[in-house]
Amino acid sequence: MNFLKKYLDRVRPNFEEGGKLHAFHSVFDGFDTFLFTPSTTSGARGAHIHDAIDSKRTMIIVVAALMPCFFFGMYNTGYQHQLALGHDTFPFWEMMLYGFLAIIPRVVVAYVVGLGIEFIVAQWRKEEIQEGFLVTGILIPMILPIETPLWMLAVATAFSVIFVKEVFGGTGYNVLNVALFTRAFLFFAYPAQMSGDKVFVATGTALGYGHAVPDGFTCATPLGQIATQTTDQLTLTGVDGKILTTWDAFIGLIPGSFGETSMLCILIGASILLLSRIADWRVMFSVFAGGLIMGWIANACATPTYPASYLTPIDQLLYGGFAFAAVFMATDPVTAARTTIGKYIYGFLIGVIAVIIRTYNNGYPEGAMLAVLLMNCFAPLIDWCVVQANISRRMRRTKVISKNA
Amino acid sequence: MAEKVSNKSVLFNPLSKNNPVIVQVLGICSVLAVTAKLEPSIVMGLSVIAVLAFSNVIISLLRNTIPTNIRIIVQLVVVAGLVVIVSQLLEAYAYDVSKQLSVFIGLIITNCILMGRLEAFAMANRPWPSFLDGIGNGVGYAIILIIVGFFRELLGSGTLLGYQIVPQAFYEAGYVNNGLMILPPMALIVVACIIWVHRARNKELQED
Repeated sequence: MNFLKKYLDRVRPNFEEGGKLHAFHSVFDGFDTFLFTPSTTSGARGAHIHDAIDSKRTMIIVVAALMPCFFFGMYNTGYQHQLALGHDTFPFWEMMLYGFLAIIPRVVVAYVVGLGIEFIVAQWRKEEIQEGFLVTGILIPMILPIETPLWMLAVATAFSVIFVKEVFGGTGYNVLNVALFTRAFLFFAYPAQMSGDKVFVATGTALGYGHAVPDGFTCATPLGQIATQTTDQLTLTGVDGKILTTWDAFIGLIPGSFGETSMLCILIGASILLLSRIADWRVMFSVFAGGLIMGWIANACATPTYPASYLTPIDQLLYGGFAFAAVFMATDPVTAARTTIGKYIYGFLIGVIAVIIRTYNNGYPEGAMLAVLLMNCFAPLIDWCVVQANISRRMRRTKVISKNA
Repeated sequence: MAEKVSNKSVLFNPLSKNNPVIVQVLGICSVLAVTAKLEPSIVMGLSVIAVLAFSNVIISLLRNTIPTNIRIIVQLVVVAGLVVIVSQLLEAYAYDVSKQLSVFIGLIITNCILMGRLEAFAMANRPWPSFLDGIGNGVGYAIILIIVGFFRELLGSGTLLGYQIVPQAFYEAGYVNNGLMILPPMALIVVACIIWVHRARNKELQED
């Protein structure tokens, strides 16, 4: 690594004020601080926690925590594809390669579009490149169905980076979670490509690799199947028509958005985030608590009108993007509540609302995305109420003391 | 009247520097509601121009005889009368569009731009400047409506005034209309973009 450091130090003068490549100073700065711990830490503006760790380092740990889900997503994409083809052999490396080739264009498009906009804005504002997109860029393909057309991904990424992040002042100032907003944009703008029974299993060839599945193939996600069932006996089937078990849902070999199917990998990611103290356990814990309690209430008064209410509380957590949203979305330090009590309230309400939406609105099989976005909007209000309550409690205490004195 | 404003500025100021929608942020409700297609936007814009101009003239003529304590009621009656006329004319000559606009023609009565202009301008000015003020503000409103309607119909339905604009080859290549454009939130975002561009071009409108 030493030669890299020396090289960077040698070319640095070109990028400083007056150097011939000054126009690209923010690009240089971005790579420099990406590779080596910078001598400075994040500025005093924005909402980041200010300590000795640069926010790029924080982001890298989050990306590392996402990797188990990412690799499992590749495997699962290949696996579902093999099932859709009707094969009964599952060669590991072929499935991984297929999944890799299927996801990599999406990752590239998300990063190119998002980082492109960040670079342009950073140059324009003469700021250093903000690193928030490192995580967003990998999250976006992971929370989308594998069959999302690339141009839609590009449009949605551009829209949400500009209107949710840059307009509000860039990384650390956004009110809503950028990756989730990208998904919400696609969900409302192109509903046919974002839900239903055609998009969650890769059916085409991936960059020419693999075989195309014959037309007319359909398979909905478990939650999508539940939303259309009318009996109180839920039958969930996989791509090959076999009944899905809770164990399948825990391991994650079910159709769904790319990175969110496996509870196991999400738990590995969660433990990385918790052990490194990047994410707050209070938020995660209270999201799961809210989901369990609301799932239990819904299950206790289940009716055939709302088929999802027959899911057991545990299944509510296992299916769909609930766990992924709880671990990677709700804990986003920029958009979550910041006060300690606020974090409990914020997380609990996300869990409750996610289950309410997916249970009592058959039109939206999954509610985690909308729940997190909704609570993002309310996080500042929750914080305000908590702070005000603290202030008035302390005021009362000082009054009592001064009376006694 | 405190200061004399030239007729020209009365007519042209509301088009840009003092636009009722993007500077004063009035009448947003109808901008959200009627702009999913271009045709209703144009018709709505024309209706508001007509109602605003003539109600301004009528109130201006009556301004010295209206008792101050019931002036809002008088203004409402005048506007309501004109709105009924416009609504009936639309039903007679442009039935389809009037169906699309449905309740929003009637709701012109509650449009803040109208009451605002009547209170702020027509009650204190002669009929001719009031007429120009009504035309100016109406056109300022209609311009925004048409811009928003243009983008929402083009991107949301691929058509303009009902004619197919986005070629069929695009759809075959995988292009899909943006369903969010049809939904009201996108009208707000388009208006926000117009405000953004407008403020960027007019530095004196920027707040700190």
